[in-house]
Amino acid sequence: MVRTLIRDVRLVDPEAGREGPGALVLEGGRIAAVLPAPPEGTFDATVEGEGHVLAPGIVDWGVKIGEPGERHRESLRTAGLAAAAGGVTTLVTRPDTEPALDRPEAVEWLLRRAAEGCPVRLHPMAALTKGREGREMAEMGFLRDAGAVAFTDADRLVADSRVMARALAYARGLGALVGTHGQDPWLSTGASATSGPFATLLGLPSAPPVAERIGLERDLALAEAAGAALHAHQVTTAPALEALARAKARGLDVTAGVSIHHVTLNELDIGGYRTFFKLVPPLRAETDREAAVEALASGLLDVLCSWHSPQDEESKRLPFEAAAPGAVGLETLLPAALRLVHAGRLSLPVLFRALSLNPSRRLGLPTGRLAAGAPADLVLFDPDRPFVLDRATLRSKSRNTPFDGARLQGRVRATWVGGRQVFGDAP
Amino acid sequence: MPFRQTHLLGIADLQPAEITTLLDLAETYAERARRGLPAGDALEGLTQINLFFEPSTRTQASFELAGRRLGAAVTSMSAESTSLRKGETLIDTALTLNAMRPDLLVVRHPMSGAVALLAEKVANCAVLNAGDGRHEHPTQALLDALTIRRAKGRLHRLSVAICGDIAHSRVARSNILLLNRMESRIRLVAPPTLLPPGIADLGCEVFHDMAEGLRGADVVMMLRLQRERMEGAFVPSEREYFHRYGLDAAKLAHAAPDAIVMHPGPMNRGVEIDGAIADDLTRSVIQTQVEMGVAVRMAAMDLLARNLRAARGRAALGDIPDLFG
Repeated sequence: MVRTLIRDVRLVDPEAGREGPGALVLEGGRIAAVLPAPPEGTFDATVEGEGHVLAPGIVDWGVKIGEPGERHRESLRTAGLAAAAGGVTTLVTRPDTEPALDRPEAVEWLLRRAAEGCPVRLHPMAALTKGREGREMAEMGFLRDAGAVAFTDADRLVADSRVMARALAYARGLGALVGTHGQDPWLSTGASATSGPFATLLGLPSAPPVAERIGLERDLALAEAAGAALHAHQVTTAPALEALARAKARGLDVTAGVSIHHVTLNELDIGGYRTFFKLVPPLRAETDREAAVEALASGLLDVLCSWHSPQDEESKRLPFEAAAPGAVGLETLLPAALRLVHAGRLSLPVLFRALSLNPSRRLGLPTGRLAAGAPADLVLFDPDRPFVLDRATLRSKSRNTPFDGARLQGRVRATWVGGRQVFGDAP
Repeated sequence: MPFRQTHLLGIADLQPAEITTLLDLAETYAERARRGLPAGDALEGLTQINLFFEPSTRTQASFELAGRRLGAAVTSMSAESTSLRKGETLIDTALTLNAMRPDLLVVRHPMSGAVALLAEKVANCAVLNAGDGRHEHPTQALLDALTIRRAKGRLHRLSVAICGDIAHSRVARSNILLLNRMESRIRLVAPPTLLPPGIADLGCEVFHDMAEGLRGADVVMMLRLQRERMEGAFVPSEREYFHRYGLDAAKLAHAAPDAIVMHPGPMNRGVEIDGAIADDLTRSVIQTQVEMGVAVRMAAMDLLARNLRAARGRAALGDIPDLFG
């Protein structure tokens, strides 16, 4: 078996909450040993880490890929290349495809396509209801057997409380995880910004931030009643975070995430009607962003994700209200998240707890750890290397990033999936 | 102070001195019109295109008239009569217009920010915002300001009550921005459902009662209620709205004795304003607003045309090698 040594690195172990100098041995697609110093002996290959950071590969929960239906926006291959370049070793994909990923045959097809063309791991989430229409539940049992790791209608809240209650109850019977988009649909209809003086000044239709708390509180209550496991994909406002904290304190089986954009940008960024900053949910007030960063640091928010949403140029080159929402994030997730590290808000182990460990644990995946026996899904990066992002260099088919022209710090040097290097210079 | 703008997209871009410059020029155009004197030929040789993505009669007519009085060749396109609705994107429309080489482009669009988007994409042409979504309607605010200045002699230290559907009104937003810049006090009077979130943070006092809100006001500005989307949604009924927020003699009695009454039109008599008040020429300056509308639009296009000609002159000189360099 091929034995590879990665030496002279700073190891980030989110499980132990530690970082420090060391070395790591890969063998047979797994981590064979994590050591404080390079061991004696001979290796088939040696990677010089040059003092850079080695961490468990990112498990990006909630990636939109244009397959099936919108391959002109993103294909499995381009998403995989972008992921590898961004240190993302596992894509947990969304079912808001065209048509919605609500049939086991489609899940099998997707996994087959991914095995052929996608250089990183892929685990699909399937639709919770057929066609994501919020009326009839999808075939959760078959879908899970086909490989779906969680069930969600992505950015749509199941408006009918009875449908949601039954779906949660059924999911509990399967031991399946349900993902929710906690936004009250009636308050959010037609909104393209968060209510407040700034949206008023721009004259944009807006949704009050309380829409998120209402949506989340309802699903927390229904999940509690059903005894089901719930994951709120994006919790972005202070009042909703308080609701989440109460639910966790009561011992509910609930986790929550936030997108990188909601912890690094705020509502003022949409100034001048910049459609690349139009997201779902919309960017929030600075106080909400601060609360979300605090929640990431404290662990109240479990997961940090890109919520990668590729959109072609034509759907963004429109008046703000008419433009499609969403931003790509696979390649910018890590450097943008490092802003929080450089600002002293998060430590590297805490960051990788949210990027790699927690999503793996919640989805029942063996990845996300830096321990002997774990899959060798790794990212080696220089956390300090500065650069100015030019969106033309992105590997995604769609380049709708809000970080175009942004000064960022942190460059991925190499990415391994199952011990195989998928990005970076050959060792 | 010169007027430095390339486009007139919103009051938010204007300095107080630019507003005064524009109003002073508009005043001279209004006076010339009243005396039956010719307006001049400031727009001679220029082409003005009015592009209306949203139906409008009075604003479009006012811009057409303003352009013609100053000698521009004016053409109008509206959403109903042209291909503007045939799926062409706004940016493609901009490219098409570029090829027609207009000098002045007057645009109204139902979406906030759309006129600014168009202005980014057209070249060598001054864009005037004739209303974008709920964002801004700068010429309306300027004509309101000119009307107020003529009636009150000043724009500063006045108490101006803006009443009605502020949430959906670009007129209200532009007026708030302008009157704040000119150092007047703004009082907003509306039910909470018709006030946009966070409006109090934009330098306004907020009232939900007409008697309180109008107390001592020098200017009472009524806004149009969009009846088709109101009933039951934002207010329980038109009759309850008129009872609580419609301007009648009893409510107007709370304002200053010499308060003027304004309305951007078209009016819903018996909904937001009592017909008798609207027609009372000792209080209502609604007809003056229409008259000042043409004058303000003439002044705006005149000033933008001067800047446009100057920019073209500089661009032409740029091609000449610097002989003394």
